[in-house]
Amino acid sequence: MTINVAMTVNGKAVSGKVEARTLLVQFLREHLGMTGTHVGCDTSQCGACVVHVDGKSIKSCTLLAVQAEGTKVLTIEGVAESAEKLHPMQEAFRENHALQCGFCTPGMVMSAIDMVKRHNYQLDETTVRRELEGNLCRCTGYHNIVKAILAAAPAMKSAGV
Amino acid sequence: MTSETGIGARVKRKEDQRFLTGTGRYVDDLPLARATYAYFLRSPHAHARIKSIDVSAAKASPGVVEIFTGKDVADAKVGGLICGWVVKDKHGQPHKSPPHPVMAVDTVRYVGDSVAMIIANSYDEAKDAAEAIKIDYEVLPANVDLAKALAAGAPQIHAEAPGNLIYDWELGVKADVDAAFAKAAHVTKLDLVNNRLIPNAMEPRAAAAEYDKGTGQYTLWSTSQNPHVLRLILSAFVLGIPEHKLRVVAPDVGGGFGSKIFCYADETMVCWAASRVGRPIKWTAERSESFQTDCHGRDHVTHAELALDKDGKFLALRVETIANMGAYLSTFSTAVPTYLYATLLAGQYTTPLIYANVKAALTNTAPVDAYRGAGRPEATFVIESIVSKAAMEMKIDPAELRRKNFIPSTAFPYQTPVALQYDSGNYPPIIDEAIKIADYKGFEGRRAEAKSRGKLRGIGFSSYIEACGLGPSQVIGQLGGGVGQWESAQIKFNPTGNVQVLTGSHSHGQGHETTFAQLVSDRLGVPIDQIEVVHGDTATTPFGMGTYGSRSLAVGGSAIMKAADKVIAKGKRIAAHLMEASVADVVFEGGTFKVAGTDKAVPLGAAVFAAYVPHNYPLAELEPGMDENAFYDPSNFVYPAGTQICEVEVDPDTGEVEIVSFTAVDDFGNIINPMIVEGQVHGGIVQGVGQALMENAVYDEATGQLVSGSYMDYTMPRADDVPSFKVGYKVTPCPHNPLGVKGCGEAGAIAAPAAVMNAVHDALAPVGVGHVPMPATPLNVWQAIHGAAK
Amino acid sequence: MYDFTYHRPKTLADAVNLLKGKDEARPMSGGMTLIPTLKQRLARPSDVIDLGGLKELAGIKVEGNNVVIGGMTRHADVASSADVKAAIPALAHLAGHIGDPQVRNRGTIGGSVANNDPAADYPAAVLALGATVTTNTGKHAADGFFKGLFETALGEGELITSISFPKVEKAAYMKFPNPASRYAMVGVFVAKSASGVRVAVTGAGSCVFRVKAMEDALAKDFSSAAIKDIKIPADGLNSDIHGSAEYRAHLVGVMARRAVDAANK
Repeated sequence: MTINVAMTVNGKAVSGKVEARTLLVQFLREHLGMTGTHVGCDTSQCGACVVHVDGKSIKSCTLLAVQAEGTKVLTIEGVAESAEKLHPMQEAFRENHALQCGFCTPGMVMSAIDMVKRHNYQLDETTVRRELEGNLCRCTGYHNIVKAILAAAPAMKSAGV
Repeated sequence: MTSETGIGARVKRKEDQRFLTGTGRYVDDLPLARATYAYFLRSPHAHARIKSIDVSAAKASPGVVEIFTGKDVADAKVGGLICGWVVKDKHGQPHKSPPHPVMAVDTVRYVGDSVAMIIANSYDEAKDAAEAIKIDYEVLPANVDLAKALAAGAPQIHAEAPGNLIYDWELGVKADVDAAFAKAAHVTKLDLVNNRLIPNAMEPRAAAAEYDKGTGQYTLWSTSQNPHVLRLILSAFVLGIPEHKLRVVAPDVGGGFGSKIFCYADETMVCWAASRVGRPIKWTAERSESFQTDCHGRDHVTHAELALDKDGKFLALRVETIANMGAYLSTFSTAVPTYLYATLLAGQYTTPLIYANVKAALTNTAPVDAYRGAGRPEATFVIESIVSKAAMEMKIDPAELRRKNFIPSTAFPYQTPVALQYDSGNYPPIIDEAIKIADYKGFEGRRAEAKSRGKLRGIGFSSYIEACGLGPSQVIGQLGGGVGQWESAQIKFNPTGNVQVLTGSHSHGQGHETTFAQLVSDRLGVPIDQIEVVHGDTATTPFGMGTYGSRSLAVGGSAIMKAADKVIAKGKRIAAHLMEASVADVVFEGGTFKVAGTDKAVPLGAAVFAAYVPHNYPLAELEPGMDENAFYDPSNFVYPAGTQICEVEVDPDTGEVEIVSFTAVDDFGNIINPMIVEGQVHGGIVQGVGQALMENAVYDEATGQLVSGSYMDYTMPRADDVPSFKVGYKVTPCPHNPLGVKGCGEAGAIAAPAAVMNAVHDALAPVGVGHVPMPATPLNVWQAIHGAAK
Repeated sequence: MYDFTYHRPKTLADAVNLLKGKDEARPMSGGMTLIPTLKQRLARPSDVIDLGGLKELAGIKVEGNNVVIGGMTRHADVASSADVKAAIPALAHLAGHIGDPQVRNRGTIGGSVANNDPAADYPAAVLALGATVTTNTGKHAADGFFKGLFETALGEGELITSISFPKVEKAAYMKFPNPASRYAMVGVFVAKSASGVRVAVTGAGSCVFRVKAMEDALAKDFSSAAIKDIKIPADGLNSDIHGSAEYRAHLVGVMARRAVDAANK
């Protein structure tokens, strides 16, 4: 079944023809060429595909593109204000060496931003670790990811994002 | 030069910008016009004869472009995949070498062995069509259990390897070792299984290829750790495409940990089929396919014995190991349980006599090859487990027993009884520092406090050594390795003064683009933002061996330093000409050529400009241009060492093990970027913790299916499974490479399993538990406690 | 996944009609189980009826002594609901520990309860709290609703519209997660109300079940000591690489005691 979908991705109206079975992540990667969102598993567990739909973090490998009809989608490509001015979470990841191969990074950053906001910019290490349940990283051992998120929380608050 | 961007500085990574903004380019991200998509139909059986394959209905399925089976591949005379390391058995005979076709022809030998390649206009269509392929299998008896592989009557996996034995190999003189055991005051015995692991780089393996009919040029994009080696293997052994007609590109690669070193069937097929289809082909493994077909790691069954005198001095070590090869020999599989394992059995100790016997066996499982540490984690697990067990049996403090047997710092270079000669090291200060950081003295207090909460607390040591920085080519050659193990580098100045550093190493998370730039910036005084490190493309980089075995900095970095020296040497001659001075009087400091005792100076940039615009230039004696390359072949391996201390709390009601504290102190020689090194240590530790407490590749004995075939059943360490780590350093520079560096990529994974398991055993000793199998999952721990209580 | 025909009805009536008209139609609420199942090609529905447009089914209300949660209410909304936290904090706690944050942002209570995965959390709460499951056709008491492995009392074309949970004196849920999947390997929900004590176990068997012996003992003495000698038979419990039936049986006891202790805090 072919369906027309339309949604807003990173502030821009987009549309396309998809099959009913097309996942949101496939729509982003294959139809829009936005390959920042990754696929690392087929059981909805690794979190490399996390994006925000209407302000909430979700796994874009477990949402049909048609389910995102009419929504506002935010992906890793739309997080930074500009190439020069990264989002405080991205900046914290860089400052704290919270990424190595970079493959899980987009999902990590998207989950982390959502986490900080949901916890009203107040996090401790235990909470951060628990909140990362849906994101796997094989390189960093999580140490620096946790450190980065803890550092980003107050930075996001003062930046008002 | 000491600067904010030079050697020793915590320089933020240059590569992060693209990874943080979603603009990295991994293989699956490539936009290839008119691409087709491949799906591999794989065997559902562990062992079966293919009686017939009927693809006619599938070929008529919507969107299908082409379907290939093993017969098509065999008819086209495609070669088999190779094992590149010849291990000679104890009778001097080369290992058994059964064929490894890129696609099964008449027999499948593990669940996941590929039987057909379906190429269609979309991936879903290829998968749809695969369901229409009819295969008549005759299921054969299979064995997935290593412990049974060599038993009489075990199902034969390849006719070329009778009894499933690939080799029966030994190192050391058994009679001498046995004699030492006869005189020992104490003998500690240990049976252990080193659990099978699945590497799980977060980016699944992927390949894409296209063929240019006009030039006859193939381009293969692959998730490879060593694109030149992949090209060499495909050209010389498998596909016969001349090397100069095959370009292999490994763009951004999302982690490897060894699993992306090897030449795999899928990427071979994608490359081969590209010219036949006449359109680009893309293939990306689903995670379930990665579980089934990425080379797995570890998987040993070992019996070890340690002989000690009455004071706890080690007299001899005797080790018998069976190592799983899987159903076929992967690229470096034979070397892992021999030259990367048995040669490490001296550890940090003066054990004078060591005998190791290793039998490599075939099973109906995925091929097993190098995974982070490769052989060295297995060796360290044997040594550090048996040393801690001996300490417990002899009631000697585990740190004390280790200290008593350490190779003294005055003994380097130290010739071990297992072939390797350690170049440098100083072990006592490392364990002292670890003990301080971990507050070992306060442990018994913490144990008592935990007890009051109903928890069993334990502490474990692991003092590892590894030989890495592969490696001296002539030694490798003598041991049967099929390639050289040098590395290449090229420093290419552009006329405007910025620099491209081309390396044969490959970064898939290690941060070479930053560390290597630091080397060049430090040595040549070029600002780091003017330096671009280029890697991963056989069309642009010099032939190189790639990245594995913690070799990139020690070997690849050394090659860069050699190339930098050539830049300076040439620059001196140019500067001497410009300053009308003698070359012998020119010195190079802080990026500028100077004549000592004068104010004459020529910045490197000016010398480079003169080289490209040689209007005032000694053309009669010097070529124009500034583009220097170098190859570096190390004279020895490097020998990082360290001690880890792990503290755990066990919940006796549930069997859960919590890591409450983890300390790692390492000697990696000189450190170029401490931030990156710490990241490597953290990541390695968690892979080691994963092996100790969580990860286990389990095949069902009856059906041969991979039970732990997804993240639903293969336990990957998550953020809340581990604590933050305490990391420290001691430095004894490597004496034989220009940077004085050792390797840091594998250390964490090598040492951690023993540290964790020793802590678990220490915690459980008071309740009478002698042994917990690895991984110490809640179930295994509970069963051990439950068994002990019975 | 196989392709299918997609529908997004705006009303419950439309959804029910769509379901009834097709042979192989599947309703989808959060999709957290259905989509992974489709991705693995383990199901081949002709039609997928997306309930995401049924705004009437989402929301949380307090009605007298009951908390009524609409079938399309997301786990994250239950976990963060001030009403649920005040009325039945154990239920909010349970919802806050289902899956991971991204699953909680999509998964719904109706979908979870209708699916009746043997390792799902919600069925334990429904059964232990004696909730009432309301559908487009009628009401189901918790006892008798969960029939077996992925099987419920729901009939063809029957959709959960809401679930009503009575407030209780004390309750707590303790989960021992499967180390790999993080689904419940054993989850025990204990609830004490005027009408007695109910203990429901998920993850351990093929379907959520109550433990009568524990309920009786706790009715007399609501303390973990009261059930410390009660052994659960391992017969019929799940067994896999992460936990033998014996281990699961043992964990039921441990988690039950911990749940009682937590409820008493």
